[in-house]
Amino acid sequence: MNSFLRNLAGRPWLWAYVAAIAVWLVIVAFTGGRGGGEVLTAAFTFATFSVIVGIGQMYVVTLGPGNVDLSIPATITLAGAVATKVMDTQNGMILTGLLIALACGVAVGIANYALIWLLRIPPIIATLSSSFLVQSVAIAYGRGIRIKPPPALADFTTAQVLGMPVLAICIIALAAFMELVLRRTLYGRWVTAIGQNIRAARLAGVDVGRTRFYAYVMSAVFAGLCGYLLSGFSGGSSLSMGEEYLLTSIALVVIGGSSVAGGNSNVPGLWGAALFLFLVVTMLNTYGFGAGLRYLATGLIIIAVIVAASARRPAR
Amino acid sequence: MRLTARQLRTLLPALSLVVLLAAIFYLQPRAMSYVGFNLMLNLAIPIALATVAQMCVITVNDLDLSIGTYVGFVACVGATLLSGGMGALPVVKELQASGALPATLPWIMQTPLVGVVALVFGIAVYAALGALIHWRNLPSIVVTLGMSFVWLGLSVLILPVPGGQAPAFLRSLMTLKPAYIPFPIIAAIVIAILANLLLMHTSYGAVLRGAGGNPKAIERAGWSLLKVKMTMFALAGFFGMLAGLSLVGLTTSGDANIALRYTLLSIAGVILGGGEFVGGRISPVGAVIGAVTLTLAGSFLSFMRISPDWQIGAQGAILIIVLAARTLIDRAERRR
Repeated sequence: MNSFLRNLAGRPWLWAYVAAIAVWLVIVAFTGGRGGGEVLTAAFTFATFSVIVGIGQMYVVTLGPGNVDLSIPATITLAGAVATKVMDTQNGMILTGLLIALACGVAVGIANYALIWLLRIPPIIATLSSSFLVQSVAIAYGRGIRIKPPPALADFTTAQVLGMPVLAICIIALAAFMELVLRRTLYGRWVTAIGQNIRAARLAGVDVGRTRFYAYVMSAVFAGLCGYLLSGFSGGSSLSMGEEYLLTSIALVVIGGSSVAGGNSNVPGLWGAALFLFLVVTMLNTYGFGAGLRYLATGLIIIAVIVAASARRPAR
Repeated sequence: MRLTARQLRTLLPALSLVVLLAAIFYLQPRAMSYVGFNLMLNLAIPIALATVAQMCVITVNDLDLSIGTYVGFVACVGATLLSGGMGALPVVKELQASGALPATLPWIMQTPLVGVVALVFGIAVYAALGALIHWRNLPSIVVTLGMSFVWLGLSVLILPVPGGQAPAFLRSLMTLKPAYIPFPIIAAIVIAILANLLLMHTSYGAVLRGAGGNPKAIERAGWSLLKVKMTMFALAGFFGMLAGLSLVGLTTSGDANIALRYTLLSIAGVILGGGEFVGGRISPVGAVIGAVTLTLAGSFLSFMRISPDWQIGAQGAILIIVLAARTLIDRAERRR
């Protein structure tokens, strides 16, 4: 038991899973054991999309205080709109659509970092102003009739194996890979080093500029991927499809046990946090709470988690 | 006369506003009228107030991601509790319709005082947030992110669907038609002067800004940083409240989602007005000018006959252009 507790203290991300399982048990207790599997399937389905953008946001946040990508929702919307229009419901265009969605992400990421670098402004302002532009392009481009995604893409994003969404399995693999990148590659160590002490990192020979550049491009590319998959999943792109992912992506990073001050992050926590957030909403739904109370509870949970996290490392 | 880089920097917000106004008048000379100004600048009042609120938080190196939903919350309170007391709540009306509550409510359920209490509660929550953020050394982005959900939830609880009615005094205040000078212009000037006096020309204002510039020095000089944070957050809550009340006076009904865009707009307004993210370097007059400039971007597009789809884009473009100009000025300064 003692070693278990020590494990918990050393791995803050375990808390997210403990909380997610606890909430799931509460749901199952209410329904008397029925529907537990379906709830999990739904949780994995919806958590997938927030985890994709959460990974990118986490790499950016790891870079240190002030690093946040506010352009994620706009990029999701733009990539979704452009990809569905290019694919034009044809199965043969699925790969082209994916590449175009990712290209949208690369373009936004480059623009973001160009603003940070050229204007020497805080990343929040840079990604904020570029998100205004990107959102506008998405609105102007995506106006008009809603185009359905190619059937094969829609099938893929909704497919299940033994109750487990195929997409979720893919993104779990992606998350595992990104955790490896963060922990085991030179690039991942550089990101963490910059977040811990940017001056020390620079003196140690870390290419700070390039490392930050890749992180911002990565975040935007993941947002593009999310927009592409989301438009396939929800039967086409819509102008507000990215909206909720700004707050969710930041919330995942925090609840997942990564340090908001940067320099100390983990990928597994993102999955735990995403499942936890979705299950909380489901729990409140099952107990008959309306939208107002659901928002209220979500907000209070985020604040409670950050307060609890600050207690964990009092000496900052 | 040659301007120094520093003077140019200070003038930049006003300069960008003048350029935008000149472009609008060139495209549509008729906009240069009493009615024209009223139409173009009406919505600038709540945005300017929200921007000043955001500026208060930015002064102490924090950021408020909840100001948009908070303004929405105030608007919902204004459209219900403040106009008809608890009797104006949709929930209470439903209960009356089903017979659970009598048709004529007791005094306590009709008094608008409940609305006043709710608004004071909002400001108190802001002050408490400031205390919490200081006490536990929390990242304000995350705390206010959580609060944005809380305000949204409270708004939806008060007003599940858009509706309600703004109190008569707010409606008549926002539709004032003073002689010669349009109301929005007077309001903007009053807001700018008040905020400027408060933060730039009082001794405690200097302490408040100093807490953003060098907290350690302020603390060693014997000032309580906790009190500073609470004051600044309470001020943000106060200006955010004014923003919500003026907004509901203009729209005459409330909606939980009415001001979601204010969060990002207010940050943009502060930066556009010459404020900086860290170090307590702010400019209240600049912030109001920044908010007015962002509001005018919409009018500019409609006079250019460009689709309103591009309104957000134009705001982003203005932000980038002004920031680029500022960087150029800074570089010129350093070279000298």
